[in-house]
Amino acid sequence: MADPVLKIDGLEVLFPGFAGDVHAVNGVDLDVQPGEIVGLVGESGSAKSVTAMTALGLLPTGAFRQSAGTISILGRDVATMSEREMNKLRGGDVAMIFQEPQTALNPTKTIGKQMLRVIELHSDLRGMAARDRAIELLKDMRINDAEEILGRYPFELSGGMRQRILIGMAFACSPKLLVADEPTTALDVTVQRQVLQLLHAKARQTGASVLFISHDLAVISQFCDRIYVMYAGRVVESGPAQKVLGNPQHPYTAALIEALPEDADPGAPLASIPGTVPNLVNPPKGCAFQARCRHAHAACDSRPVLTDVGSKHQAACWLREEISA
Amino acid sequence: MSFLNVIRRRLMFLILVLFGVTVITFTISNLIPGDPARMIAGDRATPEIVQNIREDLGLDKPLPVQYLRYLEGVVQGDFGNSIRTRRPVLEDLRIFFPATLELALTALFFATALGIPLGVASAVWKDKPIDHFVRVIAVTGISTPAFWLGLLVILLFYGNLGWLPSGGRIDPSLEMPTRVTGFLMIDSLLAGDFQAFGSALKHILLPAFTLGFVHLGVVARQVRAAMLEELQQDYIRTAKANGLSRFKVVFTEALPNAMIPSITVLGLALGDLLYGAVLTETVFAWPGMGAYVVNSIQALDFPAVMGFTVVVSLAYVLINLAVDLIYMAVDPRIREVS
Ligand SMILES: Nc1ncnc2c1ncn2[C@@H]1O[C@H](COP(=O)(O)OP(=O)(O)OP(=O)(O)O)[C@@H](O)[C@H]1O
Ligand code: SF4
Ligand SMILES: [Mg+2]
Repeated sequence: MADPVLKIDGLEVLFPGFAGDVHAVNGVDLDVQPGEIVGLVGESGSAKSVTAMTALGLLPTGAFRQSAGTISILGRDVATMSEREMNKLRGGDVAMIFQEPQTALNPTKTIGKQMLRVIELHSDLRGMAARDRAIELLKDMRINDAEEILGRYPFELSGGMRQRILIGMAFACSPKLLVADEPTTALDVTVQRQVLQLLHAKARQTGASVLFISHDLAVISQFCDRIYVMYAGRVVESGPAQKVLGNPQHPYTAALIEALPEDADPGAPLASIPGTVPNLVNPPKGCAFQARCRHAHAACDSRPVLTDVGSKHQAACWLREEISA
Repeated sequence: MSFLNVIRRRLMFLILVLFGVTVITFTISNLIPGDPARMIAGDRATPEIVQNIREDLGLDKPLPVQYLRYLEGVVQGDFGNSIRTRRPVLEDLRIFFPATLELALTALFFATALGIPLGVASAVWKDKPIDHFVRVIAVTGISTPAFWLGLLVILLFYGNLGWLPSGGRIDPSLEMPTRVTGFLMIDSLLAGDFQAFGSALKHILLPAFTLGFVHLGVVARQVRAAMLEELQQDYIRTAKANGLSRFKVVFTEALPNAMIPSITVLGLALGDLLYGAVLTETVFAWPGMGAYVVNSIQALDFPAVMGFTVVVSLAYVLINLAVDLIYMAVDPRIREVS
């Protein structure tokens, strides 16, 4: 089997702070195989973004510390890569799109200038050839007046248009991995669906793997082959999307699905579960979900590890251990 | 909003400002006790001579008439004659204003050429030694009186080291280059006279440093704040995700945008420098507007004082116009508004 495009092992990330270190990521294992679309789901603050940004080296230097774990991209350990090699990777083999299309583009540069920048940085295309490539990318994103859009500034365009441009830019150099961090959360529902379909089609067509971060269980279930459910900086359940969502094995996943109203809009944000996420300055020693779990019992004072609960289906919960034992 | 609209608006504003400024200075000039005709005539003149002079200058007419006459002249570029130097005021201004402007622009160049890199460095290396260093410079700059700093650098570079002259614009033994721009450094280069250029440069270093030092810190702090603001914007993250190097992210993405809010500060600084030059000129015997206007006030030389006021107001309005236009040129969002 080919190398996984992304493999994260035992990742721990903390943010030093006055009130103590914020332990945002507490031992995450995750992999994305070639051509796979993998979902990362969890409540706000569960460290989906931090995990993804650490993998790509996009967290602001100085603000965080990776205290444990290894990350490899396309079979190479990023810790051994120079800044230069990482720059070559980012925007080339690995692309990322973010949640806020309204602010993700430089406000004082035209779309064309920003697109050509990526294309020229990672390919041999120059001048008209690079421009043609930009137009082609925009057309793929169903932007018809592409030539005209190249001369526009971001503030002249709608959010949906900007996100389509950013997706086009992300695919500029045929990435092998695309990390999409809630790419449609800021868009309105009809636009969301359209943008998601474009993203999905483009990924399938180019064979790019996608790490898709989302709040939205409905979207995740349609869109992803496999999912990871995160809670308080840990993976609590993972497996094929249909299995995890159809037959959740972790009480947190089950609560997420239960909290989803029957007639929920496809674009509705993650419904809320009673209780609050644990304080990450002093993360719980045992199961992080303990305080909100209706099945909590004595064993939960120590931390459960991910164990197989079905084929390719894993959950980190003492309940499953005991049942299967 | 188009460039033409902005220019038109600013020029209308200019007319209002000039009107206001001339009315005020004219009124104040005439409230100050003292009789210019008598000053011109001298102590031993007979009352008839004084009266003649008064009539010649139109000083016997009612104030509004005098004002209108003055305004009529100004519109045609005639600021009247200086009572003290007996030359047309415009001629005096042509000599002294470029000297001040050359000093102010050199000081601004010094403040920006050092202030921008220092500001960028202190934002990129926030809370590192360079950042603390810039903070010290800024505080020192703001709290150091210019005349004191001026005397200090004269003492050091002229008195102790003997590297630089203590005052004036150029070595008096050298021939002045033909006046084209009034900026000695440029005129000497135009004349191909490198000796004169070298001397002019040496003469301007200390006063420009003294004058610019306050603003060095101001510029550095402004650029630092604007850079910190830009560096945490989402588009910076996109640029990194696109594989731009750290260097490019700072200099081609963040810095141009950080300079937009800094333009206003630079415009204000230039206005401040023109005004601040008056004091610095005194310390360095710099033959500019500062010395000219102080002497004119003492001599009750109203046409000269008014000419100075008009030119400085004009400069302020034009600087603001330039700031507006630069803003529009660099920020597409402003071009678009309304
Ligand atoms: N720069 C930072 N400095 C300090 N703490 C941070 C920083 N970035 C993130 N964190 C903390 O890390 C934790 C995880 O944040 P993260 O943004 O990854 O969550 P998320 O799962 O992406 O949430 P959301 O769904 O809201 O995007 C949060 O507790 C957050 O407060
Ligand atoms: S380990 Fe215990 S507390 Fe945690 S989810 Fe399972 S039952 Fe609930
Ligand atoms: Mg996030």
